Amino acid sequence: MNTVLSSALNKMKQYQFLFEELAKRDFKKKYKRTVLGMAWSMLSPMLTLLVMRLVFTRFFGRNMEHYTTYLFCGNLIYSFFNESTSQGMTSLMGNASIFTRVNIPKYLFLFSKNVQTLINFGLTLIVFFTFCILDGVAITWKFLFLLYPIITLLLFNIGLGLILSALFVFFRDIQYLWSVFTLLLMYLSAIFYTIDQYPYAVQCLFLLNPVYLYIRYFRKIVLEAAIPSLSFHLLILVYVLASLRLGFWMYKKYNTRFLYYV
Amino acid sequence: MSVLEVNGVSIRYMTGDFKDIGLKEYVMRRLRGEYHINEFWADRDVSFKLEKGDMLGIIGSNGAGKSTLLKVISGIMEPTEGWVRREGNVAALLELASGFDGDLTVRENAYLRGAMLGYTRKFMDDTYEQIIEFAELQEFQERPFKQLSSGMKSRLAFSIASLVEPDILILDEVLSVGDGAFRKKSESKMREIIAGGATTILVSHSLQQVREMCTKVLWLDKGNQIAFGEDVLGICDQYIKFLESK
Repeated sequence: MNTVLSSALNKMKQYQFLFEELAKRDFKKKYKRTVLGMAWSMLSPMLTLLVMRLVFTRFFGRNMEHYTTYLFCGNLIYSFFNESTSQGMTSLMGNASIFTRVNIPKYLFLFSKNVQTLINFGLTLIVFFTFCILDGVAITWKFLFLLYPIITLLLFNIGLGLILSALFVFFRDIQYLWSVFTLLLMYLSAIFYTIDQYPYAVQCLFLLNPVYLYIRYFRKIVLEAAIPSLSFHLLILVYVLASLRLGFWMYKKYNTRFLYYV
Repeated sequence: MSVLEVNGVSIRYMTGDFKDIGLKEYVMRRLRGEYHINEFWADRDVSFKLEKGDMLGIIGSNGAGKSTLLKVISGIMEPTEGWVRREGNVAALLELASGFDGDLTVRENAYLRGAMLGYTRKFMDDTYEQIIEFAELQEFQERPFKQLSSGMKSRLAFSIASLVEPDILILDEVLSVGDGAFRKKSESKMREIIAGGATTILVSHSLQQVREMCTKVLWLDKGNQIAFGEDVLGICDQYIKFLESK
């Protein structure tokens, strides 16, 4: 166990400089080229929120307190998930000219992409908390528990990113299929509606959707000031481990075969 | 004890229409039984050994499997059959000018490339000025990379790469970089590195270069090993005869 850990640490050290440079590159490419830069990352979720708020309030938000915050929880999680996986998907292929020439761990490209989407998420999170306060939501110590869904979602995104970026090398149309899938997933994630009108059996089906779990976690903490059950935590963890497991397995299996497809 | 040992290495490449077909198309073809992958051996049973300080020239016409072999030696590809044993670290300078990012500045690209080649940040901080000076790009440091001419790009690539101090150095046509003046400079820099005791593998289309510099030569033709040995001049002569007879 010790040797595994120390070899992993050694590897981290060895590639730290490269990883930093890759992350910097992704960061610069993302923000430098747009006029509004980082401000846009904060503005764009607010616009989405505004539109949703205007449209849906009449249907879903009538009897609900803090409907804006309810919406925002859904949007926040869903856009982090969507952005991270969609952009992660092309990260390996986009660096083909590098990994066909130097022998470096290929998952670094995905990791650096995820650093960038995490920063973006962090910016939105600032806006989110500001909104919570404006909306009159009580901020409690329980908010600290939000670290759990944030960290696990990051890992879940990385796992899915590994799977998708590997698949993307082999099948380029995954990109379109994934965008269709995420759109459907958005409607299935209870972002702008509540699920308590459904029969109990249907409500349970929502547990199959990992994105819904994260949204639910956020809402529980923020709107209900309650900490989800232990089994809820474990369920999230199961999805995370499954996606990471499959992702790293694919990278390991196809590590030397990616080369043939670029 | 040899520094590099290549034993019975064969590399199978896949070709055919599996690239760029989408998942939908793939499933359809699989169902109809129309999915074909052609296999093709880029290298077949190549074996050789290099000692410390050796300089190996690999000769052969296009498609002989030279570049593929280099990729296996450097660890980018795995051999389908056989094995490669390396002592010490390998630096492979393959197709230098590509792999830069057009949106980043010259400085940013230099650091990124340095990181890719396994340098440390401190090393880059210390040598950055020297790199830019050698590449003659002082006025272009903050320019986006896409504004540079291709000659400038390869000059930068060479300047960064030439700082390596590897045990095994792999060069793919990198001796011929840039215009006349820079070419001279880069060649002498290269000789300096080689003289430093690295075991070097050189792919060159210039037989002249191979004759002058190499202590061993490997001749590949369509993936097959035709000859390997220390008789550089002899093998080169045979190779010329072979080319003329075609």
